[in-house]
Amino acid sequence: MTEPAEQPTEQPTEPVEGGIVAEVERMTEAQRAEHAAEVADVVAPDRDIAVGVGDTLLEMREVTMRFGGLVALDTVNFDIKRGEILGLIGPNGAGKTTCFNAMTGVYRPTSGQVLLEGRAMGRRKRYQITRMGIARTFQNIRLFGEMTALENVVVGADARHKTSVPGALLRLPRHHREEREVVERATALLEFVGIADRAADKARNLPYGYQRRLEIARALATEPKLLCLDEPAAGFNPREKQDLMGLIRKIRDDGYTVLLIEHDMRLVMGVTDRIVVLEFGKKIAEGAPAEIRENPAVIAAYLGVPDDGAA
Amino acid sequence: MHPLTAFLADGSSWITFDVSGFKAEFWSLTFDGLAYGAIYALIAMGYTLVYGVLRLINFAHSEVFISGAYAVVFTLSFLGFGGSPPGLSTPALIGDLLLAMILAMVVSGIVAVVLERVAYRPLRKKGAPPLAFLITAIGASFTIQYLIEWWRGPNAENSVIMFIPKPLFSVFGSNVDDQQLIIFLAAIVLAVGVDQFLKRTRFGRGIRAVAQDPDTATLMGVNKERVIMLTFLIGGILAGAAALFYVMKVPSGVIYNGGFILGIKAFAAAVLGGIGNIRGALLGGLLIGLIGEYGATLLGNAQWTDVIAFVVLVLILMIRPTGILGESLGKARV
Amino acid sequence: MTTASSATRPANESAVRRFRNRWNELSRPQQWVALIPLVVLIYLIPEINAPFLASTSVDFATSMFHAAEFAMIALGLNVVVGQAGLLDLGYVGFFAIGSYVAALLTSPESMLAKIPYLATLPIAMIVTMIFGLLLGTPTLRLRGDYLAIVTLGFGEIVRLLASIIPVFNGNVGLDNVGHPPKLLGQTFSNTDAKPWYWLMVTLIIVILLFVGNLERSRVGRAWVAIREDEDAAQIMGVSTFKFKLWAFAIGAGIGGLSGALVGGQVSFVNNQDFSVPFSVLYLAAVILGGAGNKVGVMIGGFLVAYIPDRFNSLGDKKYLVFGVALVLLMIFRSQGLLGARQRLLARGRQAYRQLLGRPEPITSESSVTPDGGAQ
Ligand SMILES: Nc1ncnc2c1ncn2[C@@H]1O[C@H](COP(=O)(O)OP(=O)(O)O)[C@@H](O)[C@H]1O
Ligand SMILES: [Mg+2]
Repeated sequence: MTEPAEQPTEQPTEPVEGGIVAEVERMTEAQRAEHAAEVADVVAPDRDIAVGVGDTLLEMREVTMRFGGLVALDTVNFDIKRGEILGLIGPNGAGKTTCFNAMTGVYRPTSGQVLLEGRAMGRRKRYQITRMGIARTFQNIRLFGEMTALENVVVGADARHKTSVPGALLRLPRHHREEREVVERATALLEFVGIADRAADKARNLPYGYQRRLEIARALATEPKLLCLDEPAAGFNPREKQDLMGLIRKIRDDGYTVLLIEHDMRLVMGVTDRIVVLEFGKKIAEGAPAEIRENPAVIAAYLGVPDDGAA
Repeated sequence: MHPLTAFLADGSSWITFDVSGFKAEFWSLTFDGLAYGAIYALIAMGYTLVYGVLRLINFAHSEVFISGAYAVVFTLSFLGFGGSPPGLSTPALIGDLLLAMILAMVVSGIVAVVLERVAYRPLRKKGAPPLAFLITAIGASFTIQYLIEWWRGPNAENSVIMFIPKPLFSVFGSNVDDQQLIIFLAAIVLAVGVDQFLKRTRFGRGIRAVAQDPDTATLMGVNKERVIMLTFLIGGILAGAAALFYVMKVPSGVIYNGGFILGIKAFAAAVLGGIGNIRGALLGGLLIGLIGEYGATLLGNAQWTDVIAFVVLVLILMIRPTGILGESLGKARV
Repeated sequence: MTTASSATRPANESAVRRFRNRWNELSRPQQWVALIPLVVLIYLIPEINAPFLASTSVDFATSMFHAAEFAMIALGLNVVVGQAGLLDLGYVGFFAIGSYVAALLTSPESMLAKIPYLATLPIAMIVTMIFGLLLGTPTLRLRGDYLAIVTLGFGEIVRLLASIIPVFNGNVGLDNVGHPPKLLGQTFSNTDAKPWYWLMVTLIIVILLFVGNLERSRVGRAWVAIREDEDAAQIMGVSTFKFKLWAFAIGAGIGGLSGALVGGQVSFVNNQDFSVPFSVLYLAAVILGGAGNKVGVMIGGFLVAYIPDRFNSLGDKKYLVFGVALVLLMIFRSQGLLGARQRLLARGRQAYRQLLGRPEPITSESSVTPDGGAQ
């Protein structure tokens, strides 16, 4: 504290008392903002996207998803534009999660197509879809519990890497390069979502809020073109929800496109650019938050079904 | 001669493609295969029920079965059965066999329930990972096997012959004997019985509810612990029935580790038919029985039976990963 | 029993933790230096021949060779079970294949061409890896439980085929399996297990280095991710099938290597030593020591091999003891003697230090006990 000028970036591998986390605590507002900007820079996506900002990034085309007799998605059509935050809302059981599952290859649509940058997903495997550029979080958290927070994020970042058994066995140069990159990006991501202080904790020992943020960091680590968040604020109190919406905005401002499922309609109004509303697997409305708020069909859907009723 | 040629040429003696023998014996192989298959099917149902409810390969189910087989041997020996068939009247014979079956069902049922209590329930209470369950199951299987070995020694029990099979009628020029018919029909009756039990009774619906969604079932007031116990009990009872028929077919086959391979084949049968599915277990069991008989004759050595059963299992799983009739479990959700 | 263990456990565990923390504070070169005396001791064990360690039935060097054999097998199986979380119940099949490769290529009773024994070691590894791929390709796409049963069947098939197919000579077996030439003044023969022990330990160290390299890389992370949640791993971009297949093949290769070594040491291979209980003993070694912990599984392997040698009078009851021990272990300490512990980042120390000012995850030990008691 007495010699603040000496501490930053000169010898990064020297053991700093408390490390970067403690250091940031000691920073002034201005320094902190500068540090945050550096972090955001590392986190920002670094890949070519074929479509321009404002153009269609992902297209759901006539997607139908049937489970036996149940039609979970019924010829759903909508677009996600590059650079926006699109809200996907609807009562419980409306088919929001199923929509994610159809996009990320967890299920194959019964009919219809999902296109990313104009290319159909087809029969691509889940990991290939991730590498194409769609990443997601899970409604019921699914972290790698025995891994540290940092390692969890690194697994996500590994999606962009190539080292396999021969490279790792013999520690070839590419392995070294990737290990360096991966750690740099992963630490930045932990700082970005605000959980760097628990980087060394096993995921399953983290508090609930940290786990939700860790899922976001892990998904961002894959450098997605589209980030899909499935009820990331579930179980949060209003204050935490507000913080999370701030983070989501920050993610978008950093250059990502976000698809956000949120059960709570009021909350989603504040953060999204556009909203798609599902009910019983059908799209019943689409538009800017203000329009959606006024839409009679939406109001009926939310008033007709008791808010937390149907499981 | 090049060594590799010798390596291959040497093969002539251990593998023979005895197609003409296979053709000649086809129907008698079929009837025998169905009888063996019926025994596998009865054991397979136990695996399938437990797997359906707990997602657990109850590795020790083969020991549940073999305990029943010991009960059969002891009961029958006590009743004077031995190396040659007793000269009993038919009703008396049926009475003795029924007694042996009931005792086998009791013993197998008790072993299954005790196993559940002692080995699996503590793990459930702890919320242990799936691997821990499977390893416990393996441990329990070893424990029971070597307890029996300690008690009965490493050799098979003396054979108890129940009766000499008599041909009843002939189909496609091959005889069907009474033994084959009894075993096959009994397996069908028991399979239908269990199927109906699951569909029609309150307990049965409880089992299916827990299999599909344990949490919701519990919320709906199903007593999960009781359902699990009942599942083990039914599996044990079916294994006890299988034990009687096994001893009937293989009178000198009761040995401490005798359940092992049989159990693996029965599990293979359950997977083959589609695990969690009673009809699948029946179908899979019959198929494994048939394939083993056919293969052993075709390839000219009874030792091929087990090899073929596994190869077929792997092949079918490659084509249909959820078995022939499909799994009837709730799909895992993301 | 419960009360006694819960009373002693906290003290033990904090001692263990203190030791681990201090160990973690050392840099990697320091750790290597600190390990030298231990390694030297391990090499010297058969020379020391401590009377209390000596077993009753076999000579001490042979007994130590067995222990090293099991340690290597456990290390290989740990890649499959401990790291990737794939339950392989037919590991003895790979061991058998390795043994037969060595025997067929060196025994005068085999009809194949003969090659020097040492050349059979890599061949045994390659052949078993190929078998691993053959078995893994159709089955690793299936749900994990099926793998257990299919591998179990595989182990039995290998044994049955060894009995049926004439080249393997069934019960009669293949005698006079080859051995390495005189090496560093050591003569390899089936009467003196010491040189074999040293060879085995050396190879274990090599394997440890390689497996460690894999663990602290994208590969090791993929394995643990698959073990923890296969679906999530896939959705995070892990090509799960490919990495499962690798784990399976690597495990198989190590199993084959140990088989070839044992075949050479015993100098005789027949169909008797490859029954399913061996697969279970191997698994017991891994679980006992702590799946996912390299040091743990080697200790597990040592114990599983050494205890029956030491108490040979147990006979077949050792299986009974193992059965009961497995059940009790799962109920009371399902993570094994040492819990899973892995470092998955090649540059993890630097990263944690830079971020937190601490070298390594400190919390990981406390969380190893899932029931969270004790602390
Ligand atoms: N794998 C599945 N099998 C059967 N039904 C499913 C499956 N996945 C989802 N469903 C059903 O599809 C409907 C939509 O579910 P979901 O997409 O999870 O809703 P939301 O996320 O909007 O709350 C629900 O009725 C649900 O029960
Ligand atoms: Mg949902």
